[in-house]
Amino acid sequence: MTAAATSARMDAGPAQQVPLLSVRGLELHVPSSPQALRLIDGVSFDLDRGETLGLVGESGSGKTLTALSIMRLLEPPLSGLVRGQVALDGVEVMALPEGEMSALRGRVLSMVFQEPMTSLNPVMTVGRQIAEPAMRHLGLGAAAAASRAQELLRLVGIPDPARVAASHPHLLSGGMRQRAMIATAIACRPALLIADEPTTALDVTVQAQILELLGDLQRELGSAILLITHDLAVIAENAHRVAVMYAGRIIEEAPVDALFAGARHPYARGLLASIPRIERARPDALPEIPGVVPAPGERPAGCAFAPRCARAASRCHAEAPPLVQTAPRHRLACWEPFDG
Amino acid sequence: MAETLLSVSGLQVHFPIRAGLLRRRVGMVRAVDGVDLDVARGETLALVGESGCGKTTTGKAILRLVDPTAGSIRFGGEEIARRGQRELAPFRRRMQIIFQDPYSSLNPRMTVGAILSAPFEIHRIGDAGQRRARVAELLEMVGLPQEAARRYPHEFSGGQRQRIGIARALALRPELVVGDEPVSALDVSIQAQIVNLMRHLQVELGLAYVMISHNLAVVSHVADRVAVMYLGRIVETAPREALFFGARHPYTQALLAAVPEPVPGRRRTRHVARGDVPSPARPPSGCHFHPRCPLATDACAREAPVPREIAPGHRVACHLVQP
Repeated sequence: MTAAATSARMDAGPAQQVPLLSVRGLELHVPSSPQALRLIDGVSFDLDRGETLGLVGESGSGKTLTALSIMRLLEPPLSGLVRGQVALDGVEVMALPEGEMSALRGRVLSMVFQEPMTSLNPVMTVGRQIAEPAMRHLGLGAAAAASRAQELLRLVGIPDPARVAASHPHLLSGGMRQRAMIATAIACRPALLIADEPTTALDVTVQAQILELLGDLQRELGSAILLITHDLAVIAENAHRVAVMYAGRIIEEAPVDALFAGARHPYARGLLASIPRIERARPDALPEIPGVVPAPGERPAGCAFAPRCARAASRCHAEAPPLVQTAPRHRLACWEPFDG
Repeated sequence: MAETLLSVSGLQVHFPIRAGLLRRRVGMVRAVDGVDLDVARGETLALVGESGCGKTTTGKAILRLVDPTAGSIRFGGEEIARRGQRELAPFRRRMQIIFQDPYSSLNPRMTVGAILSAPFEIHRIGDAGQRRARVAELLEMVGLPQEAARRYPHEFSGGQRQRIGIARALALRPELVVGDEPVSALDVSIQAQIVNLMRHLQVELGLAYVMISHNLAVVSHVADRVAVMYLGRIVETAPREALFFGARHPYTQALLAAVPEPVPGRRRTRHVARGDVPSPARPPSGCHFHPRCPLATDACAREAPVPREIAPGHRVACHLVQP
């Protein structure tokens, strides 16, 4: 989306339309001793049509579990422990019967995973796997679905779609498999695409191609994309807004320009500073964040980042800061933030 | 220029492709196909490239963890490419490796103390007391608390486990350390800690590093010189600054153009290399990069380019690059 389009929508005011995806108070607490494992600890955010929200965080921050909870792809017993609201186009989906949810999956919302081999069926040809959702959700006949599959493979940049459609996944290179999975995910032109580290397993030249492809598809289909990654450089180039997660919570959320120019949370700022950049004069040392991310069962009272934070005051160790709006489109959870 | 510690020339490592019931040999992968490189004492040479380019196999061949098919490997002035395992023993302690995933390379049933004293036992160095003292010294060197010696690998985070892997590699005071994607599996805030630690230890101990990585931004922070590999061959070697700011090979340029930059709105129209990296079992003719190269000519498909020096220390293997 262009900046002009964003501001036009902002001017129209929030009452104009409901967001495509609205997540409120999402929680996943696993009972454990001495304290529950708070894998997701109260996550709320909105995502609009045509918009890409980057969800960034280190391992264990809860970003993938957030995605799986929205998709309702968690397995028991975890699936039974998810709390909170997820609304798609204003319709609450957390309480939908599995049959109805499954009718939405693939058609209205779909997901791209890091490792395509785990989500592609190894004993079914690629063409069949792409055709299947089109037959199921769009009611296409076998022949029409097969030709639609080849069309999708061409759309995701596969040069010889007929050969690839007839191949089994293991015969394809990593980049081709990832393209095939994206073709499966967009087969029914979903309104929401959740991409979980879609390029992390790929070589850098292929990563650039896949990210460009996702951007092109978004412009063409108007889909909303939730882009989950640990790579802030990928976020900078591909997201409109970014939400930074730490220890199961969103700690700061802002448009990418605002976050990269002036992150206010000490963790977000530290994370940005520690990215290695290719620079002519290199610093003697990369800025580092001391310590380690606390395990979900070993979270301190108060702000989970406080033990690693140079700015932490006594309140930070006692009381977890809520995520509050600090400026239009900027939310922050910190008692001792940097100036905006 | 410091003294050359490692000198590799014409290195080839070929693996047979076997198929069928009788495991007949049906072909050959030229994983490493004529590699030349030098590493001086105390410097870091980065070996970069995408999957299947042969960088890891090159690193393992240097350490003689895989057998070279042809070529010369001189370490400290002595030829080691064709020595048997017993004759290699004195060299083993002088060169070590750090792996990408320290967890899979640390024995889960041994305490960290036992893991770190194993190298001394294998090489029969010191008595129990001396070994304990050396383990304590190693832990301090990599920034781990002393009580870590009594704990097991699974009790540590990824970054801490990589510190253990580094401590083990440094136990016998090696002169050369090969790092095989040592920070690739780590979160970005932890990655910075390990990069800084490795640079600090290099200065302190005068180590030479061969840093194998696909992450060019990390490489730009650790390397003195960079060699870029593509399908078994080095296509460009240059000092750090010349490589990152004056790359000449079209593959190096494509690789650099593909690195995402942590700057919003900086996204350029990229000269993204077309297609995927071909299988090393069936490399293209001539210059291996020619099917993906925007500049390729007929000559590129016919004939493999020979690396030529275009500036001091800057070598490029490309028909289209004139000195």
